[in-house]
Amino acid sequence: MKPLRQLRSRTVVLPTRDIDTDQIIPARFLTTTSREGLGKHLFADLRFAPDGQPRDEFPLNRPDTDGCEILVAGNNFGCGSSREHAPWALLDYGIRAVVSTEIADIFRNNSLKNGLVPVVVPPDAHDFLLANPGVEVSLDVERAELRIGDGAAVPFPIDAFARYCLIEGIDQLGFLQQQMDHIEHFEEQRPWTP
Amino acid sequence: MGAARTLFEKVWSEHVVVEETPDTPAVLYIDLHLIHEVTTPQAFSLLRDKGLPVRRRDLTLATMDHSTPTTPVSSIKDLLVVGESAAAQVRQMQQNCADFDIELLGFDSDQRGIVHVIGPELGATQPGKTIVCGDSHTSTHGAFGALAFGIGTTEVGHVLATQCLLQRKPRTLAIEVDGQLSTGVGAKDLILAIIGEIGVDGGTGHVIEYRGRAIEALSMDARMTVCNMSIEAGARAGMIAPDETTFEYLQGRPRAPQGAEWDAAIARWRALASDDGAEFDRTVSIDASRLEPMVTFGTNPGMVVSVNDPVPDAAGDPSFQKALDYMQVDTGKPLTEAPVDVVFVGSCTNSRLSDLEQAASILAGRRVADGVRMLVVPGSQQIKKAAEDIGLDRVFTEAGAEWRESGCSMCLGMNGDTVAKGQLSVSTSNRNFEGRQGIGARTVLASPLTAAASAVSGHVADPRPLMDRS
Ligand code: SF4
Repeated sequence: MKPLRQLRSRTVVLPTRDIDTDQIIPARFLTTTSREGLGKHLFADLRFAPDGQPRDEFPLNRPDTDGCEILVAGNNFGCGSSREHAPWALLDYGIRAVVSTEIADIFRNNSLKNGLVPVVVPPDAHDFLLANPGVEVSLDVERAELRIGDGAAVPFPIDAFARYCLIEGIDQLGFLQQQMDHIEHFEEQRPWTP
Repeated sequence: MGAARTLFEKVWSEHVVVEETPDTPAVLYIDLHLIHEVTTPQAFSLLRDKGLPVRRRDLTLATMDHSTPTTPVSSIKDLLVVGESAAAQVRQMQQNCADFDIELLGFDSDQRGIVHVIGPELGATQPGKTIVCGDSHTSTHGAFGALAFGIGTTEVGHVLATQCLLQRKPRTLAIEVDGQLSTGVGAKDLILAIIGEIGVDGGTGHVIEYRGRAIEALSMDARMTVCNMSIEAGARAGMIAPDETTFEYLQGRPRAPQGAEWDAAIARWRALASDDGAEFDRTVSIDASRLEPMVTFGTNPGMVVSVNDPVPDAAGDPSFQKALDYMQVDTGKPLTEAPVDVVFVGSCTNSRLSDLEQAASILAGRRVADGVRMLVVPGSQQIKKAAEDIGLDRVFTEAGAEWRESGCSMCLGMNGDTVAKGQLSVSTSNRNFEGRQGIGARTVLASPLTAAASAVSGHVADPRPLMDRS
């Protein structure tokens, strides 16, 4: 995982609520055994017509959104399945942060483990971002703040441990492995065994 | 005496290896890790890259269900996985289980089936356990009073390597269901009504405990249907306190405790129920006796109405309107006027024997309407056999439905069983997301009774008029 401390980017906006993981990456692309290369299938059925032609009206297909690294989405982004292919696809496409008023639990967990920052903001900041696609935004992971243009900083909640892993680029498995003595002790003193 | 605790708190605290602090999450021990072909290949790659073994093979159980073909075959050798990449994924799963010495209930096993159906069926799912799987419907196992939740592939790797997960303690939500479900209204209608009430994000950050008289009255099959869809309300998990119904279901199952161990287990399990006076972070109350058969009309499970109620209009909400446009349903009218192309009875929500019996009770002596394709896919090979032993397969095939091998099938259309663009499908599965059952497929979620009634009627139908055969 690459360390991510700060990020400055214009936004790309998908205002729809409840964008689920089936829309982020449809099931037919889950037969892969790798985590690479899913970006080309990101939002496949929203981005492309059945004949494979890009849908011009879809925000990610507009030339002015090229290179945008921050996605602003409607409430409850990432609901549905546990497929980690969803953050893999977003990252592979070039998205590094998702901003919404609510981000589904499993998707948020999966994102944090891959260096995609889930940013939950209050409704007023969200409304402004939805209404102003393409606005320049700075994300400061260390301070857990989002700044819209040169405006005031909007704080967002992020678990301290997950933030530490993001800014240092640390893989959480290493931390778990350091707990092995505790894990073995737990197994030995259990009153019952599964 | 300590403070009154909830079922969730009891199971949680018994599995905490290292307590959480403001700076670090808790280390939580996992008792059962279920794995399937779609969400594990990258986790095994990680183990290989790091040269790590699977730490507790004995607590890991594998099956293949998602891309499994369900077309009837005379011999297992004839099973053909649709698509080269799906076939490669299946081979990878077989290789991973062989290399890491994990028990795989594969294509040649008569115990295989949908991962959330076979865990309980084999008795591996038990009260008080922590259970995870790289699959969001792991919440199903909470019906037994287990703490069961879906995880991503990175976390699958964590559990394979350490048998533990890093977790922050979720909040608790009590859903109190009083009253009694009326005839023709079942667990699926109840959970759809609950999601309609609290919303598809109503459970985010919470573990739900379903409680109250209407929940206690449910069979294990029905409790699994309820807990299965907890994730559709955004919840981390759903749980139901274990009771006599739970113990009766588990007793004698191959992986359940036996003999003296059984007695010890029962004593332990009886103590799991939430203590009187235990506090939940939130409580929602539902009256079961008010409920009617429910159907979804939009593109998430929270967009749901009673089968005879009119579909609401968008009232200027663009996301709602987008869903209505996708579904091409008329607002202001009930869905019962919508013609049906496909009916699917199956999935980890509704593919157990009692679900199939309910569908068969409507189909017996009737025909699937002209132009409707009906697929019945049992949740496991054991359910398939049990259904055939009591002649359900004949009821389905004589009515003109297709009777299949077990698997996820048309729930997510990864195995070639898909709904065509624009077709309306009445499905007993759990997700009516855009494109879930096939590109452009329009899905109406419903109970097995409603699905079967819709199949014979040719349009979305209330099952109750078809139930009275006197
Ligand atoms: S039946 Fe559907 S929801 Fe259940 S595990 Fe399979 S794909 Fe997932």
